[in-house]
Amino acid sequence: MTFLSVPILTFLIFFPVVASLLILPFYKKPGSDGAVKWTALGITVIEFLISLSLLIGNNPHLYQMQFVERHLWIPFGNIHYALGIDGISLVLILMTTFLMPMTVLTSWVGISKNLPLFMINLLVLEGAMIGVFCATDFVLFYVFWEAMLIPMYLIIGVWGGPNRIYAAIKFFLYTLAGSLLLLVAIIALYFVGGHTFDISRLSGQHYGMTFQILAFLAMFVAFAVKIPMFPFHTWLPDAHVEAPTAGSVILASIMLKMGAYGFLRFSLPMFPDASHFFAPMILTLSVIAIIWGAFMALAQEDMKKLIAYSSVSHMGVVTLGIFVANTQGIEGALMQMLNHGITTGALFLCIGVLYDRSHSRLLSEYGGLAKQMPIYSTLLVIFALSSLALPGTNSFVGEFLVLIGTFKTHAVVSSLATTGVILSAMYLLYLLSRVVWGVYTPKSYAMPDLRAYEWGSLLPLVVMVIVIGLLPNPVLSLFHQSVAHLVGQMQPSPLALLHQ
Amino acid sequence: MNFSPVNIIGTMPEIYLTVLGCLLFLMEPFVPAKKRSLLGIFAIFSLVFAMIATFGLNGKGLPLYQGLYIVDPFSNFFKTVIYLGTIITILFSLPYLEKEEIHLGEYYGFLLFAAVGMMIMVSAGDLITLFLGIELMSLCLYVLVGLKRNSNRSVEASFKYFLLGAFAAAIFLYGISLLYGASGTETLSGLAQFVANPGALRPMVLAGMILTMVGFAFKVSAAPFHMWTPDVYEGAPTVVTGFMASVGKVAAFGVFLRVFWVAFSANRDHWSLLIITAAILSMIVGNIVALVQTNIKRMLAYSSIGHAGYAVIALLNPSRDSLFALMFYMFAYLFMTLGAFGIILILRRKGIEAEEISDFVGLNKKNPMAAFLMLIFMFSLAGIPPFGGFLAKFYVFMAAVHAGYTWLAVVGVLLSAVGAYYYIRVVMAMYMKDPVEPVEFTPNRMEGMALFVTAGMTVLLGVFPLPFVHYIETSLAILVP
Repeated sequence: MTFLSVPILTFLIFFPVVASLLILPFYKKPGSDGAVKWTALGITVIEFLISLSLLIGNNPHLYQMQFVERHLWIPFGNIHYALGIDGISLVLILMTTFLMPMTVLTSWVGISKNLPLFMINLLVLEGAMIGVFCATDFVLFYVFWEAMLIPMYLIIGVWGGPNRIYAAIKFFLYTLAGSLLLLVAIIALYFVGGHTFDISRLSGQHYGMTFQILAFLAMFVAFAVKIPMFPFHTWLPDAHVEAPTAGSVILASIMLKMGAYGFLRFSLPMFPDASHFFAPMILTLSVIAIIWGAFMALAQEDMKKLIAYSSVSHMGVVTLGIFVANTQGIEGALMQMLNHGITTGALFLCIGVLYDRSHSRLLSEYGGLAKQMPIYSTLLVIFALSSLALPGTNSFVGEFLVLIGTFKTHAVVSSLATTGVILSAMYLLYLLSRVVWGVYTPKSYAMPDLRAYEWGSLLPLVVMVIVIGLLPNPVLSLFHQSVAHLVGQMQPSPLALLHQ
Repeated sequence: MNFSPVNIIGTMPEIYLTVLGCLLFLMEPFVPAKKRSLLGIFAIFSLVFAMIATFGLNGKGLPLYQGLYIVDPFSNFFKTVIYLGTIITILFSLPYLEKEEIHLGEYYGFLLFAAVGMMIMVSAGDLITLFLGIELMSLCLYVLVGLKRNSNRSVEASFKYFLLGAFAAAIFLYGISLLYGASGTETLSGLAQFVANPGALRPMVLAGMILTMVGFAFKVSAAPFHMWTPDVYEGAPTVVTGFMASVGKVAAFGVFLRVFWVAFSANRDHWSLLIITAAILSMIVGNIVALVQTNIKRMLAYSSIGHAGYAVIALLNPSRDSLFALMFYMFAYLFMTLGAFGIILILRRKGIEAEEISDFVGLNKKNPMAAFLMLIFMFSLAGIPPFGGFLAKFYVFMAAVHAGYTWLAVVGVLLSAVGAYYYIRVVMAMYMKDPVEPVEFTPNRMEGMALFVTAGMTVLLGVFPLPFVHYIETSLAILVP
């Protein structure tokens, strides 16, 4: 499928990057902020509309890569510019393009200094993120994966809060250190896997157990930092608290998913035996993340930190689902990724709404908002309920599937993980009781209800929360075949059986 | 020595540049002080002229003068890089020398002679020829480093460089003499034959080999022979620093590679450990000491030690991978280093060169373009895609893994994560802080052109390296089939 005679995936990657040049003429022109915002919004909305055509052209009955493009990029080392998507990447790409207009909207008044540069960063970041989900050549994947760091580093570091520089550097170095080991693993795979960087040719081979274990560990660090899994999560609260709202939304909703995407796309199909070998460890870490993240969230006074720790907890559910490695688990994990993207993104947007008015994110600053901002409060309650996985909302589907999938093989782990659901109800209801209910203390600043652009950013998310919650099947069917194929690849090889 | 037409034609580029360089010296007294930039333009045209001659010679490997001199695609690749680097240096120097009030006509002559020295180095087929090349280059650089005659730092740097350089030259020469004493030859091919026969590993050969390695390590500023680098880089006029750090290093690596691959290939096991030690030490010293620097020229000096550490990894295994890795590394390194020094020398605070990292604070507010270019160079030096520096490092690590040194690649990537910190610290200063003191960034047309070329190549090498990869592949075919 092509768009304007450009292959659609290439178009989706480079359209925002190239179109961001439209903003350049406004650079350093006072009074041009309006034009910049509308241009950026226009670009992201167009991008979203075009990405919908993937949905039309996609054949959900195939597990193979679709919309394939493949050109020789660098002959030395046989590196290709190879793109393609299956059901798993499709969902994540759509989520990315869907959320990007919201991030532009949430920056409508929140970003005042150097707005053109901010929007250019957002657009370049969008291109790189879509590239990560499309790339089917390992080096190309790595290029997009690392290139994302540059705009994100600037977004946190330039437009963030008071401690932004520390947070930006911590984010950058953590992710870089993790990914560099991935680079060594990629290179080693090239030589072991027959001189190719093609992801589909590299997966489904049977590598020796020692190699699998070493390469798995190297990749694990990269992806675990990104997710972030329990011992590697310390950059996340800092980055979230300091990043501007748009940055937090992108981090939580999209970038965290890339670690999980990496596990699904690389670790599981390439190193099935090592995945089985390390599954107990990862399941343990996931349960720790679920419970630890929830307890940490309970103790937070800063709303963004609260949601950041809840992300750690929710992403624990995702890794749990991935590494129980059965169909329900992985499908549930994918659902949870999508839903966490929508719900947590929405919660960060909600915090952004408050922050734009009062410049505070402390729970103690608020109370009784239901009287002052009734519509806002309603939406916040909906998102919070979705986040605690109330049946009928989107998150319920994912968590439920993961827990069922886990229960089949690891009943104890599953029951421990279920406590995470209860704990999440605790911290989210606590958040609501402090912010929405309670006594309203009059403030020196006005707390008007939602403005038009805030409506624009929150309403589509509410719709998604309810639609996916009530009708999850159309979404599930998008990646059903891909997951089934993946689970097939995960069957333990004779080699691993020998080991046991 | 046989001066047959083939030999003369084969060395035409060097002869052109020598003659034109002499001409520059002769013309200098007759050019009025205000029109000295004409001399620079003359030098650029000389280099272009020589470059065309080199392209004309790009055929098979020609051993000229009975094997004393080798003109092959490999040396022509390095010569092309040397031309490009020198031309960019001259583009940067024209306005810089004016501002620093050291605009001497001789400058261009020395620059051309240094380039000739480097060309002789990369073409040398014989250790004595090689030594002549190294000395020609070094003597010109000693003078250029001390160009700011009334600056203590510049003179001190020149003196330090001269003294240590003389030591290194003596050690190198001693190594050559030991090798000659053991084998009775000092041509690379003769040495290769001698070393290849099993009885040849006498301590004398080993000692000679180690001493020559010390000489090279000094020239490429690999630890533990790096001590001169920070002081000299800091004290020298920035444009000369850029020249030394980029072009000088590229040439030194070219010859390092040729000598150790051609002459000492047979007893690789005896020196690979030394190379590994030098690589690890350089990466550690370069990346860790750079963390605490406040002067950006010193920081880049340590960073260049670190980069030398990465590049020597590619010497370990005589495969196509390694050769390609080193050549690509040098190609990318040239542009990003020259570009970074270019920004530094254009940036001025109250008319004085802005050398401190603190001078870059808030640069994005005043000069988004300068900040953006510096961002490209910094991220490229840190090895972050989509810039040339990433692919350069990628190929080096690939060569290391292919040679079976996966652990070395792991050490390398971990240290490059450490190293990323000081590069992004510059970006942080430029973008995330508010300006304290106003700095000026007013490149003229030539500087603008040089920045455009260096930044453009840095991006192009990361995004669309296809033509350059082809060029490098044809250039290395002669050394590794």
